[in-house]
Amino acid sequence: MNGLITSLLAYLSAHLPALQVVVPLVAAPLCLLAGRAGLAWIIAFTASVAATAIAATLAYLTFHNGVIHYDMGGWAPPWGIEYVVDTANAFILLLVSAIATVVLAFSPASIAKEIRPGSQHLFYCMFILCLTGLLGITVTGDAFNVFVFLEISSLSSYALIALGGQRKALTAAFQYLVMGTIGATFFLIGVGLLYMMTGTLNMADMQARIPALQDSRPVLAAFAFITVGLALKAALFPLHLWLPNAYAYAPSAVSAFLAATATKVSLYVLLRFTFTIFGAKFAFLDLPLHWALLAPAVIAMFAGSFTAIFQRDIKRMLAYSSIAQIGYITLAISLASSAGIAAALIHIFNHGLIKAALFCAMGCIFYRIGSTRIENMAGLGQQMPWTMTAIIIAGLSLLGVPLTAGFISKWYLVQATLQADLWWLVLLIALSSMLALVYVWRLVETMYFKDPPPGREAAGEAPLSMLLPTLLLAGANIYFGLDTRLPVSMAESAAALLLRGQLP
Amino acid sequence: MTGGTLIILALGLPLFAALSIWIVGKHPNQREAVTLFTAVALLVVVLAILPLILAGLPVRLELGAPLPGLHIAFAVEPLGMIFACVASFLWIVNSVFSIGYMRGNDEPRQTRFYICFAIAIAATMGLAFAENLFTLFICYEALTLSTYPLVTHHKNEEARRAGRTYLGILLGSSVVLLLPAIIATFVLTGSVTFTPGGIMAGKVGPVIGGILFLLYLYGIGKAALMPMHRWLPAAMVAPTPVSALLHAVAVVKAGVFTVVKVTVYIFGLDYLRDLAMADVALYLAGFTILMASIIALRQDNLKRRLAYSTVSQLSYVILAALILSPLSTMGAALHIAVHAFGKITLFMAAGAIYTAAHKTKVSELAGIGRRMPWTMGAFAIGAISMIGLPPAAGFLSKWYMLLGAMEVEQWFAVAVILGSTLLNAAYFLPIVYAAFLKPEVANGHGHDHGEAPLPIVLALVTTGAGTILLFLFPGPALELATRLVGQ
Repeated sequence: MNGLITSLLAYLSAHLPALQVVVPLVAAPLCLLAGRAGLAWIIAFTASVAATAIAATLAYLTFHNGVIHYDMGGWAPPWGIEYVVDTANAFILLLVSAIATVVLAFSPASIAKEIRPGSQHLFYCMFILCLTGLLGITVTGDAFNVFVFLEISSLSSYALIALGGQRKALTAAFQYLVMGTIGATFFLIGVGLLYMMTGTLNMADMQARIPALQDSRPVLAAFAFITVGLALKAALFPLHLWLPNAYAYAPSAVSAFLAATATKVSLYVLLRFTFTIFGAKFAFLDLPLHWALLAPAVIAMFAGSFTAIFQRDIKRMLAYSSIAQIGYITLAISLASSAGIAAALIHIFNHGLIKAALFCAMGCIFYRIGSTRIENMAGLGQQMPWTMTAIIIAGLSLLGVPLTAGFISKWYLVQATLQADLWWLVLLIALSSMLALVYVWRLVETMYFKDPPPGREAAGEAPLSMLLPTLLLAGANIYFGLDTRLPVSMAESAAALLLRGQLP
Repeated sequence: MTGGTLIILALGLPLFAALSIWIVGKHPNQREAVTLFTAVALLVVVLAILPLILAGLPVRLELGAPLPGLHIAFAVEPLGMIFACVASFLWIVNSVFSIGYMRGNDEPRQTRFYICFAIAIAATMGLAFAENLFTLFICYEALTLSTYPLVTHHKNEEARRAGRTYLGILLGSSVVLLLPAIIATFVLTGSVTFTPGGIMAGKVGPVIGGILFLLYLYGIGKAALMPMHRWLPAAMVAPTPVSALLHAVAVVKAGVFTVVKVTVYIFGLDYLRDLAMADVALYLAGFTILMASIIALRQDNLKRRLAYSTVSQLSYVILAALILSPLSTMGAALHIAVHAFGKITLFMAAGAIYTAAHKTKVSELAGIGRRMPWTMGAFAIGAISMIGLPPAAGFLSKWYMLLGAMEVEQWFAVAVILGSTLLNAAYFLPIVYAAFLKPEVANGHGHDHGEAPLPIVLALVTTGAGTILLFLFPGPALELATRLVGQ
């Protein structure tokens, strides 16, 4: 019996990269077949817990034993699809699947309130499918496979957003669908051009063949198409227009999940294509990617935060804040140094924690008062003290106050910027984070000082099933502000892998 | 007990008190007992560290390193010792005062008040003992955040607006200026540890060094160098015990303490002597001293007048540190202690007047000295200390500052100190004169009152007496100050 279990485990562990995607992929139709919300939730939750466990194992293995190559179906590349896991994507896999698990734990009560009973199992089906897509994009070592999973995650997220309670959710989803499709198409055109020139879809092979073709028009065009397409999916200014409505009108759990993971995965693919496939020298020395990323990033930092200040709907405010935060991440990437890439990855991780906590807190508030508009949230501080605590902790983390995860991000970002001798940029980073203070504190003041509006019933805390995951995420913001070994060591190892000493 | 254990106790006791206050919050007497007991215990702990420092023994504690090279670590040195002694002693006195004041005025949300107060004290202790800039910065921000609920205690529109100014300036300056300065220091020198003699020499050129120095000066908004001072008058909307301990001692002293630490242990006096920016900073501090005094002259609200006086007195410390002579650095260290005693007395007197007579304006105080002789007597001592006359302790620090300034022939500083002494006299002595010698104005709605409640009087008489005792027996403080400059 023991021998059987051992050999089963050995068999499973050999197929972890595939299972990472297959487990949630199989769970999706099961959710649909389950037909009932409760059962579907159990299936989805189990699958996401399994995905998290697999991701954690992969992260551990890659960190200690190096890169894992896996041939899908036993077909060796370049004929088959290859999955390649190194510390860079293992880190993202872990973030995505862990956030999905926490958000799924948060979902049942929230979804019961926001989605009509007949469609709730569909929500879980779409959610787990979206998770499949995001994990697939990250784990694969095949350029076309990225596109396939990109479409899986995109299509399911359009559906998820459209499940939002207001009618505007439909237009938001449609808007995202149009822009998301343009982004995906751009990406596909780019991959097609690369295939035409290199004759391969395998990333490692592309990487080997591109240096010889660097000056050819199609490769240059492919680079442009892929970068713009991914920037669109990552909501980099000025390609962010789909994001505010999508996050504002989606169900709370969807906002929390997408805000923490979807744009981050696109940024990871951008990193992968820029540094691994095209190479840093090509992108930053031959082509002006530094400025092409830096300029929009700086505008995003200010425009995003500035617009956030004037939003009445707090979910919308958080969405604009995300645009600014994506600006910080892109800024770090644009430095093209190992410190910069590490800073970007660390902020991808920490910002995921921050925004998941904040959107979950908004979910708790929506559950109780049926709105996330700031005027309706007056005086909630006394009535929902724990939710308020989570908002304050995550808000402070967003500001980068010490002992929170956000501080670690800021430290690495400023350090990387200083090491690149960009003193003026440090000033801009610091000034833009003042704007975050304004919009975070506007919310805190409203909840804390103002009296509840007349007519609103005294709201209590949201049910524990929602409150605990929210507090867990808020607590993670403090934990990763103190114990930074996981994100920092993974990010630094990933940065070294991605850069491979390409630039002096 | 080892030094490390003592540091843990010094940080842990107030935090434990905050937790205990939360638990017994429904029973006011037990709650206040927790505060008083912890305050006394904290003083005992801090005083237990004192002999170790005087014996030159290392007192150190490391809690961990969130990032490579950045440790959350504490190490007690003479300046931090002075600050911790003053803060922990005055916490006891101020707690007695708080109890009288908060009960006397039927303030709401008292449990939260005492919780935040205890957390603020823990942050102050951490700041005083911080071994490096990173640890100091953590405590600095914790101090800002834990005092925000105290400033906005009344939860009305005025408090909200004051809270905005408070948080905006303090958090803003620290995030925009101080944090980049710290990170830059780390990137340039590879260290942020407070080291005797500084860490900049030989690693940072004069231009970058000058910029960094300015970033520090303005980034440490708690030091209230103009125009970063506006949070301090705004913070006066808080209940008086908060103004007394936090905005005359803990928070503001945390600011100038950080400035002195950065001057002495990060830049180093020798490095700064070659830095043109240090001269510019000296003029900025001198300007703040005079300007704040002039503004104080025109304030009719007593607490606001005291607040501007604090702004001016804080820049004394900055000025003294920037004279860059060992004697004046000693003056700066002494002034942190001396001003604390004097100013807390003044604030407690203002609180006593408000509690007993419900008066907040300077113009209403004629003749009040006869009704409240103890209060106004202590006020007079505090005022004399502010002006810097014997037999109050204020004389001591001013003496060292002037000695130091003359030693290095820094005549601008001498002129500023003397000029502001006159201004100090001009805005304090009329109050004392009116209180004791002018007849009371009967304005129809004045009411009969005597002294403030006993705990309040007890507290302010203690600090008033302390102001004089510190002049008569400056031994330990002088000893620590001497060690700070390494002589």
